[in-house]
Amino acid sequence: MSTPSDAQIELREVTHAYKTDAGPLPVLDNLSLTVREGAFCAVVGPSGCGKSTLTRLIAGLMRPDEGQVWLHRELVTSPKPTVGMAFQNPVLLEWRTILKNVMLPLEIVAPSMPMAQREERARHLLHLVGLEGFEDKRPSELSGGMRQRASLCRSIVHKPEVLILDEPFGALDAFTREDLWQTMHNLRAEEPFTCVLITHDLRESVYLADEIAVLSARPARLQYLMEVDLPKDRPLDVLYEPKAVEMLAELRHQIQIAQGRAAPDAEAAA
Amino acid sequence: MNAQLRGFLVPVVAIVIFLAFWEWLVWVNQWPNYKMASPSDLWPAFWKFKELFLIYGWQTLWRTVVGLLLAVVFGTLLGMVMGFSRVAREALYPILVGFNAIPKATVVPVIALMFVGADNMNTVLIAFMISFFPIAVSVSIGLSTLEPEYRDILRALGASRMTIFWKIALPKTLPEFFGALKVAVTLAFIGTNLMEIVEPHGKGLGHLFDSGKINADYPLMFAVLIALAALGILLFYGVVLLERIFAGWAERGQT
Ligand SMILES: Nc1ncnc2c1ncn2[C@@H]1O[C@H](COP(=O)(O)OP(=O)(O)OP(=O)(O)O)[C@@H](O)[C@H]1O
Ligand SMILES: [Mg+2]
Repeated sequence: MSTPSDAQIELREVTHAYKTDAGPLPVLDNLSLTVREGAFCAVVGPSGCGKSTLTRLIAGLMRPDEGQVWLHRELVTSPKPTVGMAFQNPVLLEWRTILKNVMLPLEIVAPSMPMAQREERARHLLHLVGLEGFEDKRPSELSGGMRQRASLCRSIVHKPEVLILDEPFGALDAFTREDLWQTMHNLRAEEPFTCVLITHDLRESVYLADEIAVLSARPARLQYLMEVDLPKDRPLDVLYEPKAVEMLAELRHQIQIAQGRAAPDAEAAA
Repeated sequence: MNAQLRGFLVPVVAIVIFLAFWEWLVWVNQWPNYKMASPSDLWPAFWKFKELFLIYGWQTLWRTVVGLLLAVVFGTLLGMVMGFSRVAREALYPILVGFNAIPKATVVPVIALMFVGADNMNTVLIAFMISFFPIAVSVSIGLSTLEPEYRDILRALGASRMTIFWKIALPKTLPEFFGALKVAVTLAFIGTNLMEIVEPHGKGLGHLFDSGKINADYPLMFAVLIALAALGILLFYGVVLLERIFAGWAERGQT
């Protein structure tokens, strides 16, 4: 089996089940997905279908029961420092200031980097997400949305090749969220990375992604894949254009199929 | 009023009122010395034996602290083993609980017989034995209940187990550790006094108490009780101070 040369993330027929007291709980079922280098892939699907599990497999925090995960043509068997990850909860360390929290990955990945340089990098990112002035605060002094932003900074501070985001904007209010979408675009322009974004916001997926994967209900299969052919540099208004509205309608329809609320399309079923 | 001044004045005023009430109670009831000494009797007792108080107080203090330090080292190591390995936890827990259930007053004579004459070691040993349990339990619970997400922040970057322990698990357990240490310091202090009083060997405030008893010097006995209370407070607030320094972040601001 040869890997296409531009595939940065590749999942091959991944099947996974959790062992629970009530027997195995199948979560992913024969899931294959490829993300090109530099591409932005959004993953949507019903709640509890296995999206967070998928991120943990890509990050190498778990190994799939069957199938393989490849990052940059390397089989993933353990976590890699070239991966950045932001979790569904911000999980900031209460005994560190916001600045020190953001600098944490550098202590692991780049221990030889001078302190001043680390700090400068962290300050720069905090500035980008609108957290300047909060560098020396404790996480508990920040609002939920601000903590989530700090967590986002922590996930990219070491310039990862692959960024995995598990609903990082889920807890934010609509305005902050749209601000951060813009920030994500800016970040990507500044330092390219390949990204997998789990989200439950279809507008977010259309606005940010190059391709959108819809997962079925648990155990998750790849139900539908959509290419987003909108210009790379999108203003927010793009979401109100007919093309985007059409895409949103289709995604909504797909989610309803996944939830079992709508019949699958005749052609897809064939 | 400024908060610092208030934090100092309120307890002092409370103590003065308490002493005045005590003096008044003894005076009103015309209690004899052997029933209840009054605060005004205590000071002469202190003054008469001031050197002994210093010498014996120091003996009690250092043996408590050494016992406690041993308990911290041993309890933390034990807690780490139990926190990281489920098998170790299941194996050691019943043994520990059983050991902790034995009233330590019964262990004192046993220890005193085992190491006859080594009274410093005996006392330190009892202080240690009585106080390591809460430390071991709190460390093991702190480590075993660490949310997987906390571990995963660093694990996702390929950090080693040791790094995760130093950067995440250890600091995250500190508040629980200090909570246990506050209990442990009081226990260690009780342990030291237990040894000094149950198996008198001529050392520590417990010995001074004992000689007060033998000589029917009731004010001296009461004075020893007060000195013990003072020492206990000193030890306790020593731990509180350490907690402020190392785990002050866990204190939430008023909300
Ligand atoms: N450690 C675990 N042990 C057992 N079962 C688990 C574990 N983690 C998740 N599950 C189960 O696996 C299923 C998928 O979980 P997962 O967290 O991947 O879902 P999700 O798609 O991220 O959901 P959400 O959208 O609500 O975040 C759920 O039914 C969950 O109960
Ligand atoms: Mg999830």
